[in-house]
Amino acid sequence: MSSSTLLRPAGAPAPDASRRPGRAPGRLRRRIVENLTAYGFLCAALLCFALFSWYPIVRGVLLAFQQVNFITDPVWVGWDNFELLFKDPLFWDAWRNTLLFTGLALVFGFFVPFLIAVLLNELRHAKGYFRLVVYLPVMLPPVVAALLWKWFYDPGPGLFNSLLRAVGIDGPHWLDDSSTSLLSLVLVATWSNLGSATLIYLAALQTIPGELYEAAELDGANVVQRMRHVTIPQTRFVLLVLLLLQVVATMQIFTEPYIMTGGGPDDSTVTVLLLLYRYAFVYNDFGTASALSTLLLLVLSVFSFAYLRVTRKAEA
Amino acid sequence: MSDRAVRTLFSGSRTGIGYKVAFTVTFVVFTAAFVLPFLWLVIGAMKPAVELAQVPPTILPRTWNPGNYTEAWQLMDLGKYFLNTVVVVAGAWAVQLLVDVPAAYALSKLRPVLGNGVLALMLVTLMLPPATLLVPMYLTITDLPILGINLVNNPAAIWLPAAANAFNIYLLKRFFDQIPSELLDAARMDGAGPVTVLWRVVLPMARPILAVVSILSVVAAWKDFIWPLLVFSDPALQTLSVALQRFAPDTPINLLLAGLVLAALPMIAVFLAFQRHILAGLTAGSVKG
Repeated sequence: MSSSTLLRPAGAPAPDASRRPGRAPGRLRRRIVENLTAYGFLCAALLCFALFSWYPIVRGVLLAFQQVNFITDPVWVGWDNFELLFKDPLFWDAWRNTLLFTGLALVFGFFVPFLIAVLLNELRHAKGYFRLVVYLPVMLPPVVAALLWKWFYDPGPGLFNSLLRAVGIDGPHWLDDSSTSLLSLVLVATWSNLGSATLIYLAALQTIPGELYEAAELDGANVVQRMRHVTIPQTRFVLLVLLLLQVVATMQIFTEPYIMTGGGPDDSTVTVLLLLYRYAFVYNDFGTASALSTLLLLVLSVFSFAYLRVTRKAEA
Repeated sequence: MSDRAVRTLFSGSRTGIGYKVAFTVTFVVFTAAFVLPFLWLVIGAMKPAVELAQVPPTILPRTWNPGNYTEAWQLMDLGKYFLNTVVVVAGAWAVQLLVDVPAAYALSKLRPVLGNGVLALMLVTLMLPPATLLVPMYLTITDLPILGINLVNNPAAIWLPAAANAFNIYLLKRFFDQIPSELLDAARMDGAGPVTVLWRVVLPMARPILAVVSILSVVAAWKDFIWPLLVFSDPALQTLSVALQRFAPDTPINLLLAGLVLAALPMIAVFLAFQRHILAGLTAGSVKG
């Protein structure tokens, strides 16, 4: 209860206490007033969090065990929703596709931005230009990027196959072929988002003291060794944090498959979130959809906890 | 800028032939990867539909149709959707500032009992992937607890959840923490109440962080797709992204492309105007290295 006085900055006077040391009731009243003021400032935020974060979290987990039809009261159905999910072959497809997507997205979205950042850090000219253009796609609404790339992917007049045709290659069918559809989505998502990771890495690279490289060089370390022993250790924290954030973000992929493929061909791009969308907003089965989001939450919380621990350690 | 700049991974000369080659290659690859798609789109949007379907495609249109842009604007009634989007984005921005600034101020400077617990409960929500809250959030807006209001097709369904933004509160609180308490105490001695202190002392000092939070919230609201898709079942109220996605299958490709350009322009313009702030927001968004 005394946290408000304990947390008062050391130098700041506690006027009431110093003036009338014996008058506890006055101090109490003052503290109540202070707290009421503070909670007055907080109440809008508390209401928003309660309605749109805290309550939905609890309700989401409860819904996973219920059947809801909005006419009668929700019925408690235990693990039925989960059983239904496990019997749905699409459920396993969706997880496989999502994990594949995340894996591929990491190959491109994690390593490529780092390499780009290392490269940009070396260049001494047109730095502003590079930083500008690499970030341009990030500003594009995802729907616009998805529709734009859908046009690029067109096997006939599309940009990619036209370029390939110009060098004599018969291009793939991209979105229309279940062997390339997922990869095609990864490429769009990577193009759209790599700008932010690149610039974060670049900022981290710029904090590395030049003396470290100089010292490594004097010790006879070649470029690869300097990369291994200076660049990577010095940016390890940012690398780890972005890795975790990217896993969590890419596992929630929705816009690209929803707009570009609708989950096809042959369900090759049905992701967990697309399936969740179908259960909830196409079949109106909110219980099963919630069971699916609860599972997604469980999987992602591993990464979220890892993220929390990593950043905590860094702050301490 | 000069060769005396900070030493990096490579120690080679910045003017030698190797550097020039590396620079040129990077320049060409970057331009091809990140500028060409935009150019291709802007130019493609000015071709006639027949020419767009042609294999191989023409590089420059045989006949330039800049009129496609106005035609797309009229055909898809983009003015309406722009206005809808502006209402959604401006409202989300205003509500976030109105709700999150006082909250961060209270947590940072008024320090109520259980304040740290409240902050922790807010920060926990950052650990939750937004996708997993989609269903219960949707059910919540269809029937708001206690109030019993249905917010479907109401922009408040976007504004209010946007305000429950722990990251904004965290950024603002961290900034407010750095403002010396002596300054606030001095204002209080002069008889200023907490509202006056916030308005007259804290906010003027907090301009940089307010800019970052504003831009983060505007960009996020403009880019959002899945939530507006769920919230606006009435086509007349949809945002630009949701409407474009709905029009895509039945719109002539050249007009659709023109629509994409028009939808992309505002954010590109915002980026060019506020580059510095946006990039500052990016590193505020990550954790320091």
